[in-house]
Amino acid sequence: MDLNLFTRRSEYEWEIPPHGAMRVPAIIYASEGLIREMDQKVYEQSVNVATLPGIVKAAYAMPDAHWGYGFPIGGVAAFDPDEGGVVSAGGVGFDISCGVRCLHTGLTRADLLPVQKELADMLYDRIPAGMGSTGAIRLDDREMEAMLTGGARWAVERGWGVPADLERIEERGQMQGARPGNVSAQAKRRQRDEMGTLGSGNHYLEVQEVTSIHDEAIAGAFGLERGRIVVMIHCGSRGLGHQVGTDYLKRMAIAAPDHRITLPDRELACAPINSGIGQEYLGAMRAAINCALANRQILTDLVRKVFAEILPRAELALVYDVSHNTCKAEAHRVDGGERRLFVHRKGATRAFGPGHPDLPEPLRAAGQPVLIGGSMGTGSYVLAGTAGSEERSFSSACHGAGRAMSRHQALRTWGGRQVIDELAGRGILIRSPSARGVAEEAPGAYKDVSAVVDAADHAGLARKVARLEPLVCIKG
Amino acid sequence: MVDGKESPHRGRWEHFPHAADVGVRGYGPTEAEAFEQAALAMMAVITDLDTVEPRESVRIHCEAPNDELLFADWLNALVYEMAAGRMLFRRFRVRIDGTRLDAQAWGEPVDISRHRPAVEVKGATYTALRVARDGSGEWLAQTVVDV
Repeated sequence: MDLNLFTRRSEYEWEIPPHGAMRVPAIIYASEGLIREMDQKVYEQSVNVATLPGIVKAAYAMPDAHWGYGFPIGGVAAFDPDEGGVVSAGGVGFDISCGVRCLHTGLTRADLLPVQKELADMLYDRIPAGMGSTGAIRLDDREMEAMLTGGARWAVERGWGVPADLERIEERGQMQGARPGNVSAQAKRRQRDEMGTLGSGNHYLEVQEVTSIHDEAIAGAFGLERGRIVVMIHCGSRGLGHQVGTDYLKRMAIAAPDHRITLPDRELACAPINSGIGQEYLGAMRAAINCALANRQILTDLVRKVFAEILPRAELALVYDVSHNTCKAEAHRVDGGERRLFVHRKGATRAFGPGHPDLPEPLRAAGQPVLIGGSMGTGSYVLAGTAGSEERSFSSACHGAGRAMSRHQALRTWGGRQVIDELAGRGILIRSPSARGVAEEAPGAYKDVSAVVDAADHAGLARKVARLEPLVCIKG
Repeated sequence: MVDGKESPHRGRWEHFPHAADVGVRGYGPTEAEAFEQAALAMMAVITDLDTVEPRESVRIHCEAPNDELLFADWLNALVYEMAAGRMLFRRFRVRIDGTRLDAQAWGEPVDISRHRPAVEVKGATYTALRVARDGSGEWLAQTVVDV
C-alpha cells in the first residue's frame, strides 16, 4: 500500500485518520515492509469497519492482515452496547471459533524420527480430513443441544479428554451464554456427522518440533523446550458454524435498514447488540464456539489414541487452545475507566497480558499463550500476551502468516506432488486427500510468518516465545 | 422431471482471484443461466467437474428480497445440500420468478478417492457480490466463496 495514506504513529503503528463516515481512526500494526506489501483492500475494509455504530477507540488490523469479507482478516474492533454498538455476523465470519490448539508430547525429535512415517500414516488414517469425510460420532437432538451448551466440557464428560484439559482452553472449555435454540435445523443437520473432523482449506494437524526459544522464562512457564515435539491442531466449528454464519449474515443484511444502519459493504451485516436479532446471533454464535471447542477436543482424543499405539510414552497435555474468529464480551480499560465491550476478532488471537484473571494460575504470570499457525513448510510460533496489548489492540495479536498469493495463482505456480516431494526432501511428511489442495496451500503462497511475528513482537502486541517447525502435516 | 444430461448449459463460467479464497462468476443469456454457470464455477473450485456423474437430483427453493441476495442464497443452498447430503453437483436447472428461485441440481455422493475434493466451500459471501446485465444483454452473477 501507499505509505502516504497513513500517519505513522511509531515504527510499527500506522494510522488512517478519521475521514468521511469514519467514527474513529483505523490503525494497522505492521513493519514498513509488511505494510508496503499489504493488500489495498485492508485499507478499504479497515475504513469501513471504522464507520460502524458504537465502535470504540479504533478499527485495528494485525500484521498478518489481508483482504477478508467485510472485516479484513486480521481485523479487531470493539463495540459498546450502551452506545449503539453492533455485533456483526459478517465480522465474525463463516468459520466461527476457528482456532489453534497446541499439545505437548513430552517426546524429543530422536523419539519421533524412527516412527515418523508410521505416525503420519496412522494420523492420516484416523483423523477425518477433507471435504466429504465424516466422524465416528453421531449426535441425536439431545446430545447436539448438550454439545452446543457444553463445548469441550461436554466432550470431556463424554470421555474424550480429561478435566485438566479444560483449564488450558479459553472460557475454560465452555462458552457461556450459548443458545442452541437459536441455531437453525440446517446448521445442526450439517454438523450431525462432522464431530471430530478437521475440515479442509487451511486447516491442518501437525506434529512439530520446538526449534528455537526466544524467551526462556515464558517458554518455561508454557512447558516448551528446544528439541521437544508438540502437536498443533488448526480447525473450527465445521458445518454448523458455517451455516450459523450464512443464516445470520442474510438476516442481518436484510434487517440493517430497520436498525437505521447504513452498511458500507453488505458483508459487514450487523445489528445492535441490544436488539432482538443481535442477542439471537450472540446466542447462536456462542453455541458455534462450543461446537469448535468440542471438535478440537474430540480431535485431541483421536490424536492421543494414535500416540498411545505408536509412542505409548507420550503424554499429550494441552499447552493452550485459542479461537481466532469470535466476538466476545470482555472488560477493558478505556481512558482510565473499565467498560464492557464486544470485541470482534476476525483472524486475530486474543492475547491477555500477565495477571489477567481469566488465565489459569500456572500461566497467569506469563500471559496468555498466543498460537500462530504458519504454513506447512515454514513454521509456527508461540507468543505470549503482553501488559501493553490491552491499550494497543484490546489484547489482540496476529493469528497466522496470512496469504500472500491467491489459490488461483498458487495452482499456476506449483503442483501438489511437487510440493509434497520438496517438503519430504526436507524431512516434512505431508498427508492429504487432495494434491490440488496441497498446491493451493503451498508454503510459498503465504507471507513470511517470521516477519509477521516479529512485527507483532516489536509492536508490543505479543511477545515472541518459541518457534516450531513441522515434521508431519495432515492437510484437510 | 427433466434429465440433467439433456439440458446442456448455455453461457460460461470463470474464477476470479481473492487473496484468501476464490471468486466464482457465471455468464448467461438469462439471469437463471448465469446463476447455473456460477454454480458450475463453484463446483469447479471443489473438484474436476468431469469426474461428477449427474445420477441423482435434489430440488432447491430460495427466497430473498433482491437478485443479489437471491444469488448468494442459491449458492448457499447448494453448499448446504453438499454438506448435509455429502453430494457434489455438476448440472443445474434454475427458474427465477421475481424474488423466488426454484431449481434442480444433479450430481452424486462424494467419492473421496475418485473426486479428490480440493476444498470444502464454507459459504457464499457477499464480497464482490454482483448480479447485473451488460450492454449486450448478457447476464453476469458473481461472488466470493469462503473455502
